[in-house]
Amino acid sequence: MTHATFRIWRGDSSGGALVDYETDVTEGMVVLDAVHQIQAEKANDLAVRWNCKAGKCGSCSAEVNGMPKLMCMLRIDELDMSRPVTIEPMRAFPPLRDLVTDVSWNFRVKKRIKKFTPRPPDAPDGSWRMQQSDVDRVQEFRKCIECFLCQDVCHVLRDHHKHDEFIGPRFLVHVAALEMHPLDVADRVDELKEAHGIGYCNITLCCTKVCPENITITDNAIIPLKERVVDRHYDPLTKLVRLFRGKRDKGRAEIPAEDPVLHGSSRSANPSEESR
Amino acid sequence: MTEHDILSYDVIIVGAGGAGLRAAIEAADKGARVGVICKSLLGKAHTVMAEGGMAAALANVDDRDSWRVHFADTMRGGQYLNNWRMAELHAREAPDRARELEAWGAIFDRTEDGRILQRNFGGHRYPRLAHVGDRTGLEMIRTLQDHLVHLAIDVHMECTVLELLKDGDRIAGAVAYERERGRFKVFKAPAVVLATGGIGRAFSITSNSWEYTGDGHSLAYEVGAALQDMEFVQFHPTGMVWPPSVRGILVTEGVRGDGGVLRNKDGKRFMFDDIPENYRSQTADSEEEAWRYIQGDKSARRPPELLTRDHVARCIMREVRAGRGSPHGGVFLDIAWVKEKIPNSKEYIRKKLPSMYHQFKQLANIDITETAMEVGPTTHYVMGGIRVDGDTQMSTVPGLFAAGECAAGLHGANRLGGNSLSDLLVFGRRAGEYAAAYARDNAAVNVDAAQVDLATTNALRPLDGAGDRGPAAEGPYQIQHELQEFMQELVGIVRCEDEMKSALERIAALKKKAPGVTVPGNREYNPGWHTALDLRNLLTVSEAVARAALERKESRGGHFREDYPDKDSGFAKFNIVLRKGGDGAMQVSRESIPPLPAELAQIIEEMK
Ligand SMILES: Cc1cc2nc3c(=O)[nH]c(=O)nc-3n(C[C@H](O)[C@H](O)[C@H](O)COP(=O)(O)OP(=O)(O)OC[C@H]3O[C@@H](n4cnc5c(N)ncnc54)[C@H](O)[C@@H]3O)c2cc1C
Ligand code: SF4
Ligand code: SF4
Ligand code: FES
Repeated sequence: MTHATFRIWRGDSSGGALVDYETDVTEGMVVLDAVHQIQAEKANDLAVRWNCKAGKCGSCSAEVNGMPKLMCMLRIDELDMSRPVTIEPMRAFPPLRDLVTDVSWNFRVKKRIKKFTPRPPDAPDGSWRMQQSDVDRVQEFRKCIECFLCQDVCHVLRDHHKHDEFIGPRFLVHVAALEMHPLDVADRVDELKEAHGIGYCNITLCCTKVCPENITITDNAIIPLKERVVDRHYDPLTKLVRLFRGKRDKGRAEIPAEDPVLHGSSRSANPSEESR
Repeated sequence: MTEHDILSYDVIIVGAGGAGLRAAIEAADKGARVGVICKSLLGKAHTVMAEGGMAAALANVDDRDSWRVHFADTMRGGQYLNNWRMAELHAREAPDRARELEAWGAIFDRTEDGRILQRNFGGHRYPRLAHVGDRTGLEMIRTLQDHLVHLAIDVHMECTVLELLKDGDRIAGAVAYERERGRFKVFKAPAVVLATGGIGRAFSITSNSWEYTGDGHSLAYEVGAALQDMEFVQFHPTGMVWPPSVRGILVTEGVRGDGGVLRNKDGKRFMFDDIPENYRSQTADSEEEAWRYIQGDKSARRPPELLTRDHVARCIMREVRAGRGSPHGGVFLDIAWVKEKIPNSKEYIRKKLPSMYHQFKQLANIDITETAMEVGPTTHYVMGGIRVDGDTQMSTVPGLFAAGECAAGLHGANRLGGNSLSDLLVFGRRAGEYAAAYARDNAAVNVDAAQVDLATTNALRPLDGAGDRGPAAEGPYQIQHELQEFMQELVGIVRCEDEMKSALERIAALKKKAPGVTVPGNREYNPGWHTALDLRNLLTVSEAVARAALERKESRGGHFREDYPDKDSGFAKFNIVLRKGGDGAMQVSRESIPPLPAELAQIIEEMK
């Protein structure tokens, strides 16, 4: 057993500061265990989100020593214990309290993405036939646990606050999962360019590097989607054919203007950096 | 009450796991205005953690399977205490519910001919579990969530129901508080569906999350609904045991379904030593036959590692107690051994069990393709819950419905793995449908201001003395911890009368202490306050488990009594039911199980 110092951000939307807590560390402990221990012993009101404690629900995202991580999967013995371990909330989202941020923007974005629309069933019992090799790619995308760590590190959101114009890597993965779903017949290419702002992504790969599910976000999801957008919008021939079909630029109009409420937080999605 | 806005719906659903989401979708489809309330963010409920799969007799892998075999397996697993109507509906409807998920975008693993692949699991005669690697729950919850967000359904996230409201005998709504600001929300609705999941946090070693404090059980109990089968808690045989901080985290049964074997410290496959009579004809009698079964040989019988969970958990306990366990008090679960049988074993294991591979690598520094895991029993699931009507899922309180883990009946004395995910969909859908119909026929309902005031006053009490508590006094975490420790110890896998009586005394003492607990901080996102509010629910379900377990003087399924180690056919005829009495004390009664209709009795006879 050793003693360690954890430097945890405490505060709310109006501001806050790092506070030092000392606690005992035993073999195999993860960062979330230390936070819970501090919560039980010293700071009952220390706010933190978690559910599964097994890397499956994507609730416990935070920045540990500046690295975006799931606290429940980060072993303390992987960290440098000679200095305090800093734990801060995700930066790309407005702080609510302590380690908890307002991620409600993500839930609103999802509602704007055209839903899964299957082709008619292949068999009389209402089922379909799909080969495993045809679904491997989509299954990779569907591993996403919505931890939003990729959103947290994407500079378009984190530094440039383009939350209104860009859906972020998580939802590009979501669109990719729908677009590459062997059964889906809906078309999301136009809104990818317009409403979803795929053009903002300049392939920095930061999202792929932090994904705890090891989804190859950029290479497997974003780049193929960008190719689809380019094929359609900058290929004059394709554009002409599409004009004839009258299918042009319906994307925006198909997004429901008024969504049913997703309560959680009504605050603006743009993080106020000063409040850190 | 003027300060609270009243939110009015036709149906409110408490819980956003598989059962709650499926209920919400169905109620909305039937035209009801639906509000969903959940303690965490959307998509984070317990269902997300389910690994192995969802049981449905699709017969894609073995065409001998049918709803009748699934029904018989479920009843045998539940030791015939099941609500047979629920077991029948579940077996009949599960295949449609699985196909429906696919129509909403889920992608299960595929068979060679492109259909939904099914895997072996304990107690299921044929490969029956539709799955996606070992992350089936994620696939299910995300599919339902993504379908639901495009419907006109309000979701109140990070909002906790504190109390249900009544209008005379019937349900009238709920009082909740939202975590972010700590404000109260009052919901008015003629129909309420509880889909709040389980009670695992009443024990110290558990695979369950902080949400599993038995809220639905306790909320229903407080408004007069009956609970049943609370003595039946499932201890999953394989939880992680080392390092200490991960103790209890689940190791999916899929490991054994895909060839994993249990060994003691001498390397012996001890599960061959004790095969219960009623499973003997279905169980392999050599390691060679067991392996052929794993390979898909239809003439082979199941390995003994795939016997029901209650039995496997007790065999593990036996080995540990006899001094034949692993270094950290468990036994060995070995999947790496398949390298003796197949050339590309590493790839096979990583493809079949990706998150298990990851979990052990990350949390325990163990490569499961090389080394055996150390495992031991962990509190996993509660078979008991709110007593409901098999067809409609309505509780004994008009307008109050329950579905999923918080409802009782389907699983009897022991749940088969995979039967929960299918349960959520089959009975979530039914609860949503009947709740919408009930709301339509009984729309007018009133909220009583006095009930709301009482609920909010009680809820604020822990914050009253904020800061007063000296460092020596107990906070909510200490009380919770004490309860978990003695429940595990005294009302855990092996029970006896003296220990349970002493547990009941200690519960009574904590019931006196809990209302006086105070927490520092304010109302905004305060986990200490939340933990204080959970205590009542935890204490209620703990008492229910202990009282029911004391009453059942036999051993059956998930309930094992050292002082009554055998099954007693006299106890096969009734369920133990708990209600809140007029004096506020918990009342225990025995309610007889209605006789099986001839058609179902015949199925069971044929499948013996
Ligand atoms: C690790 C693990 C693996 C499993 N694997 C399998 C498997 O492979 N196959 C299988 O069939 N089963 C499996 N199970 C069991 C199964 O996952 C659960 O029984 C099932 O998911 C429960 O679903 P539910 O819809 O009833 O509740 P949950 O998914 O737990 O949802 C409960 C909901 O209720 C909400 N809630 C609770 N209390 C309140 C309150 N007071 N106010 C507001 N909201 C509230 C919660 O926030 C949550 O949204 C597994 C369980 C675990 C723990
Ligand atoms: S690759 Fe694109 S989406 Fe990913 S972090 Fe970089 S800019 Fe953002
Ligand atoms: S894509 Fe990866 S990093 Fe992004 S939300 Fe999903 S799991 Fe998290
Ligand atoms: S608590 Fe679920 S991912 Fe960490």
